[in-house]
Amino acid sequence: MNNIISTLGLYLSYPFVQYALIVGVLVALCASLLGVSLVLKRFSFIGDGLSHVAFGALAIATILHVTNELVVMLPITVLAAILLLGASNNAMIKGDAAIAMLSVGALAFGYLIMSKFSGSTNVSADVCSTLFGATSILTLTITDVWVCIVMSALVILAFILFYHKIFAVTFDENFAEATGIKAKAYNYMIAVITALVIVLAMELVGSLLVSALIIFPALSAMRVFKSFRMVTICAALLSVLGTVTGMVISILASTPVGASIVAVDVVIFAVFSVIGLWKR
Amino acid sequence: MSQIVCKNLVLGYEKHAVAEDINFTVNQGDYLCILGENGSGKSTLIKTLLGLTKPLSGEIQFGDKLSAKEIGYLPQQTLTQRDFPASVWEIVRSGCLNRIGFRPFYSAAEKEIAKENMELLGITSLARKCYRELSGGQQQRVLLARALCATRKMLLLDEPVAGLDPKATAEMYEVIYELNQKHGITIIMVSHDIMAAVPYASHVLHLSNKPLFFGTKDDYIKSPVGQIYAASAILHTPKKEAEEHE
Repeated sequence: MNNIISTLGLYLSYPFVQYALIVGVLVALCASLLGVSLVLKRFSFIGDGLSHVAFGALAIATILHVTNELVVMLPITVLAAILLLGASNNAMIKGDAAIAMLSVGALAFGYLIMSKFSGSTNVSADVCSTLFGATSILTLTITDVWVCIVMSALVILAFILFYHKIFAVTFDENFAEATGIKAKAYNYMIAVITALVIVLAMELVGSLLVSALIIFPALSAMRVFKSFRMVTICAALLSVLGTVTGMVISILASTPVGASIVAVDVVIFAVFSVIGLWKR
Repeated sequence: MSQIVCKNLVLGYEKHAVAEDINFTVNQGDYLCILGENGSGKSTLIKTLLGLTKPLSGEIQFGDKLSAKEIGYLPQQTLTQRDFPASVWEIVRSGCLNRIGFRPFYSAAEKEIAKENMELLGITSLARKCYRELSGGQQQRVLLARALCATRKMLLLDEPVAGLDPKATAEMYEVIYELNQKHGITIIMVSHDIMAAVPYASHVLHLSNKPLFFGTKDDYIKSPVGQIYAASAILHTPKKEAEEHE
């Protein structure tokens, strides 16, 4: 036991571990807040879809030799998010199919462009690290951390200020629109924030983890709690708990960070499912 | 001055007309029942009245202090709502949202409005309950209370008894009738349940891509269209509760 604590203490004294913890917790918080609304709107796969779009954009940025990849990635991903979430009601291709199409298509094109034009010798490793975030969360700079803190503060602030509107638009878009709420505008807002969170989080923790952080905490909370407020609060707490636990495990057992966090989230979901059944 | 006047309305999506030549008026305190089979343009008419779709041609005029955004709407249940984790209280007060503007939270006055409407529909005891665990009839009452928070002038009800059992259906019709008679709320109800809906209505609009009939209920029952569809509806006469109270 003492051994474990001293190992943890040693690791926690490294700045890169501290950075990873701060960024991980913040990303988890933002993703889970958005996740409740996205899961309920039947957009669980948006994290996957948009991060694949961002990957495609990243490939384009790489071959264009753009120094700051975000300049290319952000606009393209925001646009994709607006197309997917904004036109949800009367779109030609409905939600899940549209996401699947965009996701697979963007991934294929991204991989194609990268393997054809990239100078790198090991393309599949590059792709793998984009998807799983391999070691990127452990190589954060202090600038990354500050960008993340500012963005998270903005996302959380927007969520608190527009909480009731987000609830209304998620529960019943038509009613909101009919009684004079600008449902479309709020949908666009949710889309833009989602895209921002996903692009930033993908750089930091990989796209697999982003999707998991959007889906799992929300679904776990929904097993047990019965009001939107409690589900939201619980999802945020579970997300942070899962992320911290996953990171600690990955430090102690030297497992991959992203995969460890997702594994913990799966366990939490199982536990909450059982509690949900028992409470009924 | 009427609350709603529709003139030569043509409804549809992307230049494809679903229903045309729609002319009718709704006055304060009316109970208009819109009848018609599936595909007759009822849903499109609702969306157009609510401003969710634009009419292809013709116009809708709002008057008598009613603005386009003051129609309380009782939509049909969506897939999303069936397993939505929200308490009754959260849903009812979300009807007040059009009053709060850029303010992030509800005021005490808005919470009071929500409470009054829950009292009115007899769902105060359900406030902390989860919406998805309620019966169909209770869910409809919750959505009605929400619509009343948004406006006290006009309610637009889209198949309000779809999926309800006979007892809940009868109760729902009574509740709606009471809101109309006691509280003077204008009702526009869309239904294909002619037998049960017409007895309560004051006016009828029968749609079948073109309006087959528009007028008062009594005239409708005498009309050839009404004779065919609603002959036996007269047998059902509603309990005139409001009159008994006076």
